[in-house]
Amino acid sequence: MTGLARIEDVPLLTGKGHFLDDLDPLPGTLVAAIVRSPHPHARIRGVNLDRARRHPGVAAVVGPDEVLETLKPFPLSLKAPMPYYPTATDKTRYVGEPVAVVVATDRYTAEDAAELVEIDYEPLDAVVGTYDALEPDAPRLHDTADSNVATDRTFDFGQVDDAFARAAHTVTGRYSFPRYSSTPMECYSVIADWQDTVDGPEVTSWANFHGPFSMVLVVAGALDIPTSRFRLIVPEDIGGSFGIKASIYPYIALMALASKHAGRPVRWTEDRLEHLLASSSGSDREMTFEAAIDEGGVISALRVDLIDNVGAYLRPPEPSTLYRCFGNITGAYRIENVQIRARAVVTNKAPTGLNRGFGGQQLYFGLERLIDEIARERKLDPVDVRKANLIATGSFPYATATGGIYDSGDYEQAFQMALDAAGYDKLREEQRMARERGELYGIGVATIVDPSATNIGYVGLATPAHDRGRGKSGSTEHVRVIVDPQGIVSVLLGTVPQGQGHATVVRQVVADRLGLPSGQVVPRVEMDTRSTPWTLSTGSYSSRFAPMLTSALIEATDRIAETIKVAGAVLLGADPADLELVGGEVRVAAEPERNVAFRHAAGLIHWDPGSLPDGTSARLYEEAAFTPPQSKAPSRTDQINSSLCYGFVAEVVACRIDPDTLQISLETVSTVHDVGTILNATLLEGQIHGALVQALGGAVYEELSYSESGQPTATTFMDYLCPTTAESSFPLTSNHLETPSPLTKLGAKGGGEGSSMSFPVAIANAVSDALSPQGIAINSLPLHPNVLHTLLNKGTNQEGN
Amino acid sequence: MKPAPFEYVRPGSVDDVLSELGRDGAKVIAGGQSLVPILAMRLARPTTLVDINAIGDLGVLTSVSKGLHVGATVRQRAVQHDPTAARIPLLRMALPWVGHRELRSRGTVCGSLAHADSAAELPAVACCLDATITVASPRGERLVAASEFFVAAMTTSVQPDELVTSVHFPYATTNQGFGFAEIARRHGDFALAGVAVRVDARDPFRPTARVVCFGVSDKPVVRDVSAWLASAVATEGAETPEMTIRASLSDGSADLADDVVDTVGDAHGSTAYRRQLIAALSSRELARAYIRATQDQVETT
Repeated sequence: MTGLARIEDVPLLTGKGHFLDDLDPLPGTLVAAIVRSPHPHARIRGVNLDRARRHPGVAAVVGPDEVLETLKPFPLSLKAPMPYYPTATDKTRYVGEPVAVVVATDRYTAEDAAELVEIDYEPLDAVVGTYDALEPDAPRLHDTADSNVATDRTFDFGQVDDAFARAAHTVTGRYSFPRYSSTPMECYSVIADWQDTVDGPEVTSWANFHGPFSMVLVVAGALDIPTSRFRLIVPEDIGGSFGIKASIYPYIALMALASKHAGRPVRWTEDRLEHLLASSSGSDREMTFEAAIDEGGVISALRVDLIDNVGAYLRPPEPSTLYRCFGNITGAYRIENVQIRARAVVTNKAPTGLNRGFGGQQLYFGLERLIDEIARERKLDPVDVRKANLIATGSFPYATATGGIYDSGDYEQAFQMALDAAGYDKLREEQRMARERGELYGIGVATIVDPSATNIGYVGLATPAHDRGRGKSGSTEHVRVIVDPQGIVSVLLGTVPQGQGHATVVRQVVADRLGLPSGQVVPRVEMDTRSTPWTLSTGSYSSRFAPMLTSALIEATDRIAETIKVAGAVLLGADPADLELVGGEVRVAAEPERNVAFRHAAGLIHWDPGSLPDGTSARLYEEAAFTPPQSKAPSRTDQINSSLCYGFVAEVVACRIDPDTLQISLETVSTVHDVGTILNATLLEGQIHGALVQALGGAVYEELSYSESGQPTATTFMDYLCPTTAESSFPLTSNHLETPSPLTKLGAKGGGEGSSMSFPVAIANAVSDALSPQGIAINSLPLHPNVLHTLLNKGTNQEGN
Repeated sequence: MKPAPFEYVRPGSVDDVLSELGRDGAKVIAGGQSLVPILAMRLARPTTLVDINAIGDLGVLTSVSKGLHVGATVRQRAVQHDPTAARIPLLRMALPWVGHRELRSRGTVCGSLAHADSAAELPAVACCLDATITVASPRGERLVAASEFFVAAMTTSVQPDELVTSVHFPYATTNQGFGFAEIARRHGDFALAGVAVRVDARDPFRPTARVVCFGVSDKPVVRDVSAWLASAVATEGAETPEMTIRASLSDGSADLADDVVDTVGDAHGSTAYRRQLIAALSSRELARAYIRATQDQVETT
């Protein structure tokens, strides 16, 4: 089914969206500008805010003293002596770290006054490299910690050492994954209003944050107020996030403090310079993968060493990048024995966080490069190595060594579909001929598991079981369905979409379920923590909508359907059990001519509930909370089913590299997704294209790079290069396999992140394959002509980047 | 990202512009495609912004003395789509590479010259074609050859109290052929390396040729490569196949690249990579331009 066309587009494309900057909920709101550190690492010796405060039009200036006076450090995801506030207090730890906030009548004035803030810095040595930060004599970011390691845990599942001892061969790869973002079109935006009441302070904030999730608790913790006195309101439209806006919450706390001092509501809109310097990104990762294999390349055990560079602070939800894929750390493969060391280090870079694919692109870059390395060392076809290790058809549900339970799938078939669509054998033949002509031509493959509907209990894994206390397993999604007297069905949707098209799917699913014309279903996108049902897991992340929200929606809608049938039965003199909802009518299934309009049935419940049978509630207002029982807290042995659903992606990429200019052109991209039941094929295809292009950015164009001294070197779109349509028009074949999830009401899984995880490594595998005759292996990203030029001119054999 | 305070004036005549430019810290704005972001980042802090868009004379795009006169406020996109510009094939080849359509709709040809980014296309085109730039000042008008106009990175011979009022590009003549190519990280980005090429093949065995390289030094680098090209076509002249010309040019291309590329390079393109690009692009475009010149084709891409 193609599905309903997006109902969001007309308002968005005609400038009628309701973004935060379109809202002016509190007249008299002042505007803030933030003073940021120019130093990667410096002690703050003194702060003088007097000149800025005296500047005409300035209402308040707050700095480290004001922050320490009112705010508590943000509660962290684990106990680490690395206090995190919304501004630097004792030291600045990355370029762009907020140091002070100026509140004025307008942004121009605020920026003028920001130049008058005087900070006396004592520059300190900085460290940006992950391995460098581990050195004993490395500059120490947090004086209260005894090293730059924020967390270091080792996990052992199965008989890893035995398996390695018995293995015919071992293959090792060491890989680096870069730091990049998703650069949403709309940057962060916050309005905060601090009110002192007789019951204590109360803070209301509008933010383009796709939460609340647990971050509301984190903000309330920093503000030292109960969550009930912190109200978050999210605008109807958000201009993209892809996870990046989950890190807006420190600014909510900061603007609340600014409002307290200004005595007025305060608005702050992040500009692009600020966004690229200091918003968020995926973490960069250094990793080592080691496989124990037999002669055929079958993996019996895996050792994984992950070191995430989370920037200057362990900003929640970090170190979750390490753990989001814990249950699927062995990917699409049957690997019973796994050892994992998971570390996060702090460095003088900006803090990291959620980014579409969250943890998956990093993980699979290592795992899928390793598979190719096995193929290379054992002189096998990388496709054959994958086929030898894929979890077999018919093995589902499949329990992984780390606690994941893969709900459904047919990896072998989906992989074959991708190979067939790409014409894999022909591509190899093309490669053979190209190489005879001396051309650089490569083919890359990736097969990955795409987790969705996170079980946030995985955050607990960062803490050893004996210190964890009561486990967590948050994974609930709410919805509310209401029928009015005219039979209009409205759906209160608290999933805080950022452009994905949630309302379209809701309209389609409910109209289908209730047999209504789609226009009779009116989704209302709204998040106000005072009135919208929410829990600590509510929000838009980990592709939750398709599996979770639609499951809740079906529960609530089916209850509405039952009530409507009871009313219809009254009007028709029939048994409710004999009725069906079709074409806007309630009718006797066996006698379709006996029918009554849906709206009349709804009207009866509103106008004449006394006519309903005894015991029937006149309730056209249904809520459902979908809480999958499969999402449990981590076990005492550190296993966790870290997601509810596990989809699958297979990708085949062929690339050609121009020998003169070293430009990489993707000549074939074949992608196959299994996201369970497809709810709306148009939206899914859009998600896949978006994920591919985002991944292309990370693989070829974008990097939030830093100089050795700690200065960021990609601070504008002149240097942070997002692919545009001109770079994204590669030939694409996208196919689908549907193995419905048995765990969600419609069989749907998430699908928005799959290619974000698979495509970077598929491209790397293709480029590595193209350069293999030169003895070059690709071990890091991004891959662009200048990088290839360096590799090709090293003049050494078997060298990686 | 808001500019520091500045005054804004919008004079109606060149004389008024010149008197405004007499004040300290005054800066001309035309299309603003480079200046506005720099203002927003507070990297430039002019005291006065002198908007020249209200001056009708500066918006003139017309055919004058065997060439195209492009006034100071004429947009790049207007030139790209002007039928007369077809008589300057190199300009037509280069303009699609100047930023993106949106930028070309605001950006001016003269502004790009006056901005003098060393990786920009139009300064290289001006040098390749021996364009002439008219500069007005309270002392009167002067004509500046493109070869004299560009001094260093972001620096021209225009003085603070002077205004670029127009540029004149000569029409191509018969037996001329042109080539243009650049490599950037993405389409529309400033070039990592690029070449603009002009060949005159009145005598196909002894052509004259010029290569202008950009993105590789602090300003466009002009080289007379007549002898190099002549050696590649000395035997067969106009009958020489393009691939043969390219093959024989590739021998000397590394020397040219070594000679012209002196940028220190960056993460997008090292010095060595840019040299490889100049070597590849110069020999390819020179061969193409020669073929066009001998076949008297007027090609736009």
